[in-house]
Amino acid sequence: MSNTIIELKNVYKTFDDGFTALKDISFTLNQGEFYTLLGPSGCGKTTILQSIAGFTEVTSGEVLFDGKRINDIPANKRQLNTVFQDYALFPNMNVFQNVAFGLVVHNVNKDEIDQRVHDALKLVQLEAYANREISELSGGQQQRIAIARAIVNRPKVLLLDEPLSALDAKLRKDMQYELRELQQQLGITFLFVTHDQEEALAMSDEIFVMNKGQILQKGDPVDIYDEPINHFVADFIGESNIIPGKMIADYQVAFLGHQFECADAGMRPNEPVEVVIRPEDLVITTPQKGKIQVKVDTQLFRGDYYEILAYDDQHNEWLIHSTNATKDNAVVGLAFGPTDMHVMRYNESETKFNSRLESYED
Amino acid sequence: MAMKKSYKGLFYAPYLLWLALFVIAPVALIIYYSFFDIHHQFTLRNYQDFFESGTYLTMTANSVLYAFLITLISILISYPMALVISRLQHRNLWILLVILPTWINLLLKAYAFIGLLSRDGLVNSLFSFFGIPAQQMLFTDTSFILVAAYIQIPFMILPIYNSLTDISDSYLRASSDLGATKWQTLTKIIIPMTMPGIKSGIQIVFIPSLSLFMLSRLIGGNKIITLGTAVEEHFLTTMNWGMGSTIGVVLIVSMVVVMLFTSTKRKGRRA
Ligand SMILES: Nc1ncnc2c1ncn2[C@@H]1O[C@H](COP(=O)(O)OP(=O)(O)OP(=O)(O)O)[C@@H](O)[C@H]1O
Ligand SMILES: [Mg+2]
Repeated sequence: MSNTIIELKNVYKTFDDGFTALKDISFTLNQGEFYTLLGPSGCGKTTILQSIAGFTEVTSGEVLFDGKRINDIPANKRQLNTVFQDYALFPNMNVFQNVAFGLVVHNVNKDEIDQRVHDALKLVQLEAYANREISELSGGQQQRIAIARAIVNRPKVLLLDEPLSALDAKLRKDMQYELRELQQQLGITFLFVTHDQEEALAMSDEIFVMNKGQILQKGDPVDIYDEPINHFVADFIGESNIIPGKMIADYQVAFLGHQFECADAGMRPNEPVEVVIRPEDLVITTPQKGKIQVKVDTQLFRGDYYEILAYDDQHNEWLIHSTNATKDNAVVGLAFGPTDMHVMRYNESETKFNSRLESYED
Repeated sequence: MAMKKSYKGLFYAPYLLWLALFVIAPVALIIYYSFFDIHHQFTLRNYQDFFESGTYLTMTANSVLYAFLITLISILISYPMALVISRLQHRNLWILLVILPTWINLLLKAYAFIGLLSRDGLVNSLFSFFGIPAQQMLFTDTSFILVAAYIQIPFMILPIYNSLTDISDSYLRASSDLGATKWQTLTKIIIPMTMPGIKSGIQIVFIPSLSLFMLSRLIGGNKIITLGTAVEEHFLTTMNWGMGSTIGVVLIVSMVVVMLFTSTKRKGRRA
């Protein structure tokens, strides 16, 4: 593709102590899109950013920038910038000097530095703070200065390592909007790292879900949410009910002793599978009308919905999001349609998963 | 409550006692003695002598100059050393090796250098091996400054090393991420961020270097008369305790001046 800006080809990273942090990582980033690396702590997200930024050497595989191999190019010669998790704003410099740093080391003339620092600060709405010391800024302001400093060199790609994790919930939400807006305004590629699935779903054009050094699934937020590839992804992306079952035939799945019509196909007859149903897709009705009967255990008021915990007669736990409260210990029915279920095979590779989905969708 | 408070005071007692006995009392005594002449008469003569006689002022200038050179040389050697050690894998071991010589008595080290630098010492033997004629090295300014710098280097390295290891890797990464070369990172990030370490190194090295009387005798061959030598002379030889104390007061004042110059002020908002 012509507008590919970064490509990783079969990248492996084994540290000196023998630990393999990245296993066969391959992906491409297109110009001007917002990508998110999502995964639990220790899965290798930072290691991927560092191999792209040039702070760590990959053990094998290729890192391409604009079609050229950059494995052996030092970090200071790579035309991309990073917003660090701890911001890493230089404490011996004030805001202006921090933002200007990338220009000063490139010997840009003074007038242009003034202009570009001003523009960068304006973009993050902190023009008035140029003469502040770093210690005099709040966490959110430091975060924005870190972004201003990273974009002042006009990189084609910005790498962001959990830049919002140090902020409180409210500010975090605001910054999610701002970051997304900024990315669209600048038109540069963002590779954003987070272990917060909501953040990933809200901001990204495409999400890479990782676990234990591997990318399990790539896709846009809706696909990943609605059609997770396996138990791990389903569980990690949002809340879900995952029930073991059996694929009787195409579009027919059985679990909890009943057979249901579903929207999935392309598996072996009688193959053991797992079925995912999102809590918000379950509708509480009378026991007679419901496809499954459960006994309500606890319910929590979450503001915009009730989170209800219930058990079926095989002691499977069910999580239900409902706008209305029910009675504790009541036996209720749960209704759901064929498209509310998503069937997952055990150990299916991403390639197979994608081609199977393509074979029967549309 | 009152009981508790007095208990709390008790914990400070050893420290206060120590302070009173070994810091305040000696300083007070030195200041007191500096106002008496050799016949135990109150006088301001000592100060007058000090500031009027050319000898003492030259001596002061000499001391400051030597101390300055010693400090400068030890910074120039210590900083790169600390920088390298802080990057090594077993850096704690290496820094221990640097500290090790400070456990050896100063006098022993001085004699060791006499052995090395004397006319038929190890260094001259090496020189003659390469066909270089024997050099007079002992009792020269250069040897005094070099040996003094050697003695002071561990005290300079340690604070610099500590401030270097305090710098988080992410600053260095950020610097190179923004396009800085290794040299630019060193001059614009690492050195400014280790300024506090350099300053405390200067404080620890400069003041004692003003009065290295033992070294100036043994290595400098008594040709170099610093304030330290003069103090020793007055207390032990001429028995003019008043003059000795006056020089002591001058040393204390210069110490305070150096402290003021190198103290790390809390960074406020810049104008
Ligand atoms: N220098 C190193 N030597 C050995 N192992 C390392 C090294 N750096 C990282 N690792 C290991 O590699 C794995 C991935 O680390 P990485 O920092 O990429 O995780 P992460 O996904 O960014 O996690 P987090 O969300 O906690 O930041 C971890 O298990 C970590 O312990
Ligand atoms: Mg990380």
